[in-house]
Amino acid sequence: MSLETIRKNRTAQAALGLLTGIAFGFLLQKGGVTNYDVIIGQLLLTDFTVVKVMLAAVLVGMIGVYAMKSAGIARLHCRSGSIGSTVVGGLIFGAGFALLGYCPGTAAGAVGTGALDALFGVIGIAIGAGIFARLYPILASTILNRGAFPADTVPELLGVRPVVVVAGVAVMIIGVFWVMQVYGL
Amino acid sequence: MIEWFTMASWSPYLAGAGIGVLIWTVFVLSDHPLGCSTGFSSTAGMVEAGLSGGKTREMPYYRKFVPCIDWYWVLIIGIIIGAFLSAYLSGMFAVVAVPPFFAAAVGPDAAFRFAVALIGGILVGLGARWAGGCTSGHGISGTLQLALSSWVAAACFFIGGILVAGLLFGFRFP
Repeated sequence: MSLETIRKNRTAQAALGLLTGIAFGFLLQKGGVTNYDVIIGQLLLTDFTVVKVMLAAVLVGMIGVYAMKSAGIARLHCRSGSIGSTVVGGLIFGAGFALLGYCPGTAAGAVGTGALDALFGVIGIAIGAGIFARLYPILASTILNRGAFPADTVPELLGVRPVVVVAGVAVMIIGVFWVMQVYGL
Repeated sequence: MIEWFTMASWSPYLAGAGIGVLIWTVFVLSDHPLGCSTGFSSTAGMVEAGLSGGKTREMPYYRKFVPCIDWYWVLIIGIIIGAFLSAYLSGMFAVVAVPPFFAAAVGPDAAFRFAVALIGGILVGLGARWAGGCTSGHGISGTLQLALSSWVAAACFFIGGILVAGLLFGFRFP
């Protein structure tokens, strides 16, 4: 069975989505980030667990995905961005992140650990996504395309080969880990 | 081996590395990033279609992101199951209404915490779709592809989050 067969088979994809979710939820809980106190601690800069989980995932994921891209078994899927969508939406998300104390994935995980407040958060996230779908025609014609970014990827922006940026980001992430160890964060 | 599954927690570096490897499998087997907010958009679209009928599916956004039970939707169900299994196996599963930090800082009133969580959730859902992704789709899957929009989005998530958390609970760093 070729990769394309698996990628196009709806039943296989539903099964893979469920398995991926189970593994993801398991890792989020084991990493401690389905816990409200841990996430708020990150936003108050008193607990750096969230940054450690995210940067370790980016480090390992980046090297693997770029290696698999070179081997021809993976493709990149970068979205273009703009001030009006990425920055405005990102700041709205951030404000909600501080009030809720979970993001969409960790809120679902927190529900699994028995957090009742996360259940209200999950309902709110679906309502918020529904509000965006309603507003989309107006937003798309007014703000979402304002200030389009000049490139889709960081290597394109800098005009260097991706492998250089992969190496640079890897060094930067390891540097952040080292600083956190030194300062006991 | 089995004690790994019953441990209360793993090193955040190890859990994060595991998520990185998990994302390799998603790119190879499903040919797209791992993102969580798309499933919530599908839920909203399916609920609205159920309540108000066929017109919902003709809305421009739902023609772009068709609400259905697909990879992204079952992912969310899987996350709930996976986190439950992890918590249950380590004896950490507990029904909690108000998280300890919120109870200490604001008060133990469950109804108030639920209202704050609902409002926060609405902003998270709105902002995630507005920005084109959440902490997983942009924050992990997008940044690891070196997508410019994802690095900017991740920075904005934390700038907004750190500012509002500081305003709510007081800035505590350093």
